[in-house]
Amino acid sequence: MSDTTPAALAPAATAGTRKRRRIRASDIFDHAVLIAGSALMLIPLLMVFQMATVPDVEVIKTGPTFTIGDQLDDNFNKAMFQASGFSGENTGSRMLLNSFILGIGFAVGKIVIGMMAAYAIVYFRLRFATLAFWVIFTTLLLPLEVRILPSYEVVQKLGMLNTYQGLIIPLIASATATFFFRQYFRSIPEELVEAARIDGAGPVKFFIDILVPLSRTMIAAMFIIMFVYGWNQYLWPTMITTEEDMFTLVRGIKQITQVMEGNRIPEYGRANLLAIIAIIPPVFVVIFFQSWFVKGLMESDK
Amino acid sequence: MKRAGFTTTWLPILLLLPQLSIIAIFFYWPAAHALHSSFYLQDPFGFGSTFVGLDNYSDLLGNTEYRRIAWFTVIFTVLVTFLSLSLALLLAVKADKVIRGARSYRTLLMWVYAVAPPVAGFIGLIMFNQSWGPLTRLIESFGHEFLLGVNYNDTAFAMVLVSVWKQVPVNFIFFLSGLQSIPKSVREAALIDNPSASGRFWDVIFPLLAPTGFFLLIINITYALFDTFGVVDTLVKGEPGNNPMTLVYKVYVDGFRGNDLGGSSAQSVVLMVLVLALTVFQFRLVERRIHYT
Repeated sequence: MSDTTPAALAPAATAGTRKRRRIRASDIFDHAVLIAGSALMLIPLLMVFQMATVPDVEVIKTGPTFTIGDQLDDNFNKAMFQASGFSGENTGSRMLLNSFILGIGFAVGKIVIGMMAAYAIVYFRLRFATLAFWVIFTTLLLPLEVRILPSYEVVQKLGMLNTYQGLIIPLIASATATFFFRQYFRSIPEELVEAARIDGAGPVKFFIDILVPLSRTMIAAMFIIMFVYGWNQYLWPTMITTEEDMFTLVRGIKQITQVMEGNRIPEYGRANLLAIIAIIPPVFVVIFFQSWFVKGLMESDK
Repeated sequence: MKRAGFTTTWLPILLLLPQLSIIAIFFYWPAAHALHSSFYLQDPFGFGSTFVGLDNYSDLLGNTEYRRIAWFTVIFTVLVTFLSLSLALLLAVKADKVIRGARSYRTLLMWVYAVAPPVAGFIGLIMFNQSWGPLTRLIESFGHEFLLGVNYNDTAFAMVLVSVWKQVPVNFIFFLSGLQSIPKSVREAALIDNPSASGRFWDVIFPLLAPTGFFLLIINITYALFDTFGVVDTLVKGEPGNNPMTLVYKVYVDGFRGNDLGGSSAQSVVLMVLVLALTVFQFRLVERRIHYT
């Protein structure tokens, strides 16, 4: 709605009041709603952050307060370099590394495999193209969560438990990226292929020299969505990784909770900081590549 | 397929091979396996299994606990979907209206999208901490002692709240882009016809948002059914006990912890059917998608 709209939301909106005044009242209401919404989103995170800066003893006594303490360094060292489990291998830095491997590995794998399959389906005359299309797109119907146990068994049989392959590849077995690139390739004018062929470009050359550079924005958008999706996986990593040196930050959140509920002084500072470290990379990506992110979100969800 | 496609045959097969083999091994095989083992009773010591027909399914339907969990899942899904959609719509309408600070509001309202569900659950644990949690205290000031993980309803409330908090941003982004794609001419015409802003919203803007809304409905139902696993798991601290749980969580608990493979597979199949029904419903909606422009 345009800002010159006479506001019906203002209670004083009678015929007698001056127009400018009414506009202001409704504007204030709009901003109030938005500020309240933003605050509800942000305040929990700020509280968690505040608790990561003060000594644990203080948190146990008072919970979140308004004072920023000086323990951030200390808690950071504990969170990143001190292990909480039995094997001593699930330090924050190790989990951070695993999270990046999962996030990036998943995004890259999905994009590469999806682009290849979409290229084959859209640009080649294949007898079984329709069949391939349906075989691939049926996977959109069933999320990993509903076939989680049999998938686990398959990975176990293949001896891929506690490996990065076992973590990443089964997650790729859904055709979201393929579908996305298929839609995009179909929107590219046909004259382009014809021109390329007249100029003597073969299918490989056309793909690498024309189609991939042309899809740069799409690839970026897809990468952001997939990176966040991979980074935030929980159920699958929980089942596949049982060795602590394979934990991702999100997978390790249960251990983080247990650190918090530990028998001696619960380590709130460390737990809260680990949660924040788990949040920062995907949030950073989403905020700084906002327009690509929104584009990817709009088009990947069919 | 493009008319002017390439005619090479070995290359497309090579290109499709990685995708098809991953799907065959990690999608069709497990899905078929789930279907298969849902008709069998697994020996508890791992010595083979016996064919029991539809017993696993009838056990499931006769099981009062399962029915209770199914009911909870339905109520949970309805609440999460309704609350996150309506809150997001309100915020999107306001964010679409304001001129100053529009970008900042957009950023502030959407970053939570990137927070993983279990991390959101962790934040919920902090907020509802028994002794000093800010929300525990707030509720206490209304005269109710909030017991997360102990009181069934309290835990359910926390699950709904955290799930809504996590889901509002996605809906907000979609609604906002839906609103921004409404042509200015339509709004101006409405402005002439209808002096009341709320009247204009319900008569003109809301119907125009209907396609986005229907689409989001499906997304939100899927979210509440499946993606809230992490929220549920962290809020009950991995101890289901007497706490509320969703159907997906039950599949995990029975199959992974309880070793009831047949029962868990039957549950998986029930969920598969549910998702398929939802998808068919979604496709039919998309087909008949209401277009006003």
